[in-house]
Amino acid sequence: MIKIRGLKKNFGNLEVLKGIDLDVAEKEVVVIIGPSGSGKSTLLRCINYLEEPTSGTIEIDGMELTSEANINAVRREVGMVFQRFNLFPHMTVLENLKLAPMKVRSISQGEAENMSLELLEKVGLASKANSYPEQLSGGQQQRVAIARALAMKPKALLFDEPTSALDPEMINEVLDVMKELAHEGMTMVVVTHEMGFAREVGSRVVFVDGGMILEEAPPKEFFANASNERTRRFLSKIL
Amino acid sequence: MNFEIIAQSMPLLLAGAGITIEISALSVGLGLLIGIVVGVCRVCNNKPLRYFSAFYVEIIRGTPLLVQIFVVYFALPMVTGSRVDPFVAAIAACSINSGAYVAEIFRGGIQSIDVGQMEAGRSLGLTWSQTMHFIILPQAFKRIIPPLGNEFIAMLKDSSLVSVIGFEELTRRGQLIIARTYASLEIWMAVAFIYLVMTFTISRFVAYLERRYRND
Repeated sequence: MIKIRGLKKNFGNLEVLKGIDLDVAEKEVVVIIGPSGSGKSTLLRCINYLEEPTSGTIEIDGMELTSEANINAVRREVGMVFQRFNLFPHMTVLENLKLAPMKVRSISQGEAENMSLELLEKVGLASKANSYPEQLSGGQQQRVAIARALAMKPKALLFDEPTSALDPEMINEVLDVMKELAHEGMTMVVVTHEMGFAREVGSRVVFVDGGMILEEAPPKEFFANASNERTRRFLSKIL
Repeated sequence: MNFEIIAQSMPLLLAGAGITIEISALSVGLGLLIGIVVGVCRVCNNKPLRYFSAFYVEIIRGTPLLVQIFVVYFALPMVTGSRVDPFVAAIAACSINSGAYVAEIFRGGIQSIDVGQMEAGRSLGLTWSQTMHFIILPQAFKRIIPPLGNEFIAMLKDSSLVSVIGFEELTRRGQLIIARTYASLEIWMAVAFIYLVMTFTISRFVAYLERRYRND
């Protein structure tokens, strides 16, 4: 589904990613963890070209990302959920969901509306369809953001620390939606500090530090006996 | 104060104010169109467009409107060989001038919107232009209503400069009446008052827009 080879990214003289190889199979949930500044968010943002890689290749569903045209084509198929939600504040919740399907997929207003309401139902926010984002709590906003990404019927979803900006009591409502998606077989790449989530639904945990993948294993194995020294040090701090 | 002179001159002054309104309204409208396009070009990914729009803003902002009016009306015909209609020259100079300031206002407004909004739009598969159109500009527009109001008021006052190419707008009418009556005090007070009524109307309208969009 997602195939990354030799991915490097520099910001000026700073080498943030130093050659990443990563594969994500269909229906897999890959959890990326690592200390802040390790490059894990940059890695995620390179997957849909919000950051342009300095070198290396990214292939999504057999299509290599190169030109502007196929970047747009790929972005349609890969949804993204941001740490700070990034809902459109001048639109209602329903309008937030409808916009992209109508403009990009050219589906009708009515069809978009029905689908959007179904998705809001799914994330438990059907009653908020006509509210504006600022009237919702952080957890509710993030659930809307997930629904908005789903409205494009993506083949994969990227999550960039989706619970890091939330008050603790709201984290679970978002994680529950993500777990449900994982159980339904959505392909997901998740950058997070939620180890419980990684353990419960992750197919694989990837540890990134200093711009490189240091360790990659199924969660059970990963948390029980990490082989890399730096991984163990990181885990000992957060567990 | 001789109020009789003011009363007698009022029809002439108001006719001049009509011309002032006509010139400023057209210039503000065209300037707004130019400003949106140039302002968006200032932040777009196309390098030539970005440089060209920056060049336009620097040239226009860096030279006096009076000189620009002279260039359009007197200097341009020497290059093209055909006379420019004074009305066209006045509107062209004022709207090109206003466009540069409006462009900067739009650029500031666009850049004040969180980059996450553009990223969210692009991540959904919207193109850069679609994201600009549906997501960035509507939000930016609300924020730039106050500076746009400033620009419109400034344009209304600066329109007095077109008197140099023969327009008898409000200020020029005042001058002509004074040349005949020597009533400097009365006429300039009347002229100032008429300007104030016009600019106050604009600022009330801008305040109304601000309130309306805040409640949205």
